[in-house]
Amino acid sequence: MTTGIGARVKRREDKRFITGKGKYTDDVRTENQAYAAFVRSPVAHANVKSIDKSAALEMDGVIDVLDGHQLTGDGIGNIICGWAVTSKDGSPMNMGAWSALATQKVRYVGDAVAVVIAETQQLARLAAEAVDVEYEELPVVAFADKALKDGAPQIHEEAPGNLIYDWEIGDAAKADAGLAEAVHVTEMEITNNRLSPNPMEPRSAVATYDEAEDHYTLYTTSQNPHVARLVLSAFYNVAPEHKLRVIAPDVGGGFGAKIYIYPEEITCLWASMKTNRSVKWTADRSEAFVTDAHGRDHISTAKMGFDADGRITGFKVDTIANLGAYMSLFSSSVPTYLYATLLSGQYDIQNLHANVRAVYTNTVPVDAYRGAGRPEACYLVERMMETAARELGMKPAELRAKNFIREFPHETPVIMTYDSGDFDANLAQAEEAADVNGFPARREEAAKRGKLRGLGYSCYIEACGIAPSAAVGGLGAGVGLWESAEVRVNPVGTIEILTGSHSHGQGHETTFAQIVAERFDQPIENISIVHGDTDKVQFGMGTYGSRSGAVGMSAIVKAMDKVEAKVRKIAAHQLEASEDDIVIEGGEVKVAGTDKALGWHEIGLAAYTAHNLPPDMEPGLKESAFYDPSNFTFPAGTYICEVEVDPDTGTTEIVQFTASDDFGTIINPMIVEGQVHGGIAQGVGQAMLEQVIYDEDGQLITGSYMDYTMPRAADLPNFSVHHASTVCPGNPLGMKGCGEAGAIGSPPAVINAITDAIGNNDLAMPATPQNVWRAYQAASAKQAAE
Amino acid sequence: MDMTGEHIIAAPREEVWAALNDVDVLRACIPGCEELEKTSDTTMEAVVKQKIGPVKATFKGAVELENIDAPKSYTIRGEGQGGVAGFAKGGADVSLEEVPEGTKLSYTAKAQVGGKLARLGSRLIDATAKKLAAKFFDNFQKHLNGPDASEEEAAG
Repeated sequence: MTTGIGARVKRREDKRFITGKGKYTDDVRTENQAYAAFVRSPVAHANVKSIDKSAALEMDGVIDVLDGHQLTGDGIGNIICGWAVTSKDGSPMNMGAWSALATQKVRYVGDAVAVVIAETQQLARLAAEAVDVEYEELPVVAFADKALKDGAPQIHEEAPGNLIYDWEIGDAAKADAGLAEAVHVTEMEITNNRLSPNPMEPRSAVATYDEAEDHYTLYTTSQNPHVARLVLSAFYNVAPEHKLRVIAPDVGGGFGAKIYIYPEEITCLWASMKTNRSVKWTADRSEAFVTDAHGRDHISTAKMGFDADGRITGFKVDTIANLGAYMSLFSSSVPTYLYATLLSGQYDIQNLHANVRAVYTNTVPVDAYRGAGRPEACYLVERMMETAARELGMKPAELRAKNFIREFPHETPVIMTYDSGDFDANLAQAEEAADVNGFPARREEAAKRGKLRGLGYSCYIEACGIAPSAAVGGLGAGVGLWESAEVRVNPVGTIEILTGSHSHGQGHETTFAQIVAERFDQPIENISIVHGDTDKVQFGMGTYGSRSGAVGMSAIVKAMDKVEAKVRKIAAHQLEASEDDIVIEGGEVKVAGTDKALGWHEIGLAAYTAHNLPPDMEPGLKESAFYDPSNFTFPAGTYICEVEVDPDTGTTEIVQFTASDDFGTIINPMIVEGQVHGGIAQGVGQAMLEQVIYDEDGQLITGSYMDYTMPRAADLPNFSVHHASTVCPGNPLGMKGCGEAGAIGSPPAVINAITDAIGNNDLAMPATPQNVWRAYQAASAKQAAE
Repeated sequence: MDMTGEHIIAAPREEVWAALNDVDVLRACIPGCEELEKTSDTTMEAVVKQKIGPVKATFKGAVELENIDAPKSYTIRGEGQGGVAGFAKGGADVSLEEVPEGTKLSYTAKAQVGGKLARLGSRLIDATAKKLAAKFFDNFQKHLNGPDASEEEAAG
């Protein structure tokens, strides 16, 4: 079978994407379309003294200008963070109020204070300029470490000292004792740079209120339309769930930024009711920079102790996480349960402790971005390991292998239970593919050309497929993290799969169909995948955290189990055989070892005509299932990066990048490789190019592609991608997930390679030519002084 | 950002000082100035049109004179709101010194921008602010000395 599990089936969705026929939210046009433009604060922190709408309201084509007092007056609820993290002293997190349109105070540049609804987008934008807002400026704090200092400007009265929580995990006393007995301690200060997610399609919403039905429809760029409906209904009081349909049509990339429910979607829905018009808003790129939740932004100090043999005796981490001006939907969980729980890496570390303080600053809210917490953990652990190896005079691979976990299941001191893996296999495969043995000769050759060549490792592990609902509930999550699916076999035998997962670049229409084609031995063209519409799909938790395979596909498998059971019953009844002898083979349902068979379509027809079904069987052939995983999944692997640095300019070229991943079962190697390629590209972007920069006044000064550098094809080598897989025991297909690995594993490999080349471990991301040149100069000066 | 500069103006200090306090002169010399009206002895209201990088905006704002030590020095401070383009504010300490060629005008200026201007134009702000400051003093010198004024000199 060429379309089943393991086949390189070309992406079925690409025909419409590459011919420009995709249907995105901004392509939706309604009959009475009006347009929204937001009036946003140009200052980072201020009291809103007055809003004068008169000039805007007088302009032709302006339907209305609405503000936060009207919004809260209509009972629209504050935006919430859906994961309650408890401080180590037992107190709940300090969440400040966030209204979709600010009423008294603005807290970051871009905070919306009013919205103009007009006949065209251009008119709305012009009118937004005419809204006169008087701000009384307040002192600003844009940096996480400064926000915690005495006397720092206070951003929310609910969070004294700007502290949202002071949380810990692991055993501090044991970690201290482990460090005390160490013969060598490696200490580092590590920052994780702030990033802007930049999906290709900016966020957009089209909200339509139907007065006659008292019903709302929202088209929106969402990774999880059902969660959006739930939150809009239960917390923001926009409409009850049965009166609100949320559709996330084709979505052009998410990377986490499209998980959350933002002020704009809420405001458009409310404004649609207020004006009795369909209201559309689409961000331009500049608006995306100040409204899409940013990612990462950690400042950490870490200490790792080693015994004489190179074994880790203790590991202690202290992190300050910048959550921006408001707590976005899952922001609290990212620097805690998605970060510190992975600080054990691939290593057997018995004594581990992490402390995390999350703080408010006058910046755009920060939430999950491709990898969400796990890149921060991986970067910290892998920079520490590589630096420690250099300090100990050991080979980086040797130090890592000495500490590898080799027995599964393995319980870490930071609440994770790794279920499977073969870290030695990934390391060996990557080292061979990267020809590590030939590196000294390549370094020597490069030196003859005046180039500094460096090699860097990263042995990553991450937790995907989040996760058992009861477990995340116990950790404070406000939602369950199961997935649902429905399998409909039509009377003619074609199959529709309705899934709660959402595809915004992952290729679900191909891979999900592959597992069905394999299971029922049907042509892939007879299978369609339906997702992204709350009126069609029963429910879903959406797509993030590489959960669509391990959780979403498992739900489909569970529903297919039920369909198959019914198919067997129908076939056994009609063919007068035992259910146990029925096999699905060659597109037919057969009695094993005989020539008695029914075509797949005959089974479908039989189920719907219901002329000859077993006694008491209900007609129809449609089953649904909810699947709740038993554990996280743990993709892992080794990445090896090789670079050449020009010592005169600091310009760095990645000359080779090798990946060996353990993703468990792979449905479509081509799509998986694509995910790895994209992930590494984003990781290289973080490592070498991207950085959101605020000035002291809280002004975002990297608000366009002139100043915020995205990776381009010329910045990347031809990736060498390999797989050495172990089967995940936690789900029926044995899958682990591949969506984020590239972005998680690659930044430390890149930085470890550059620091190897320049002989200075003190290098922060992004490794721009200027930063690399400075670090190299510092190392050279130090060497000269010695 | 900070800017400093010096200009030699071939005119007596009293005359230069008077011009620095003359609304009509300032209106003519401030690049892009469309309106400038006195609201008191030391305050003015202004409308200035500017393009910085991709952002075009009309700034409406107030100008204030402080630390007046006639005819030697003052501080001129301005703040303009450019609607969704953001805001610009700044100030300059201006001092006049009698020199053989006439009057030496020295300034130390600070400029700050916010909103879309900071986001889209940050790379251009320094260059633009320097250009605008140079243009103002160039205009000012020409106003007093006529078009064939002595060479200006601006250092950032």
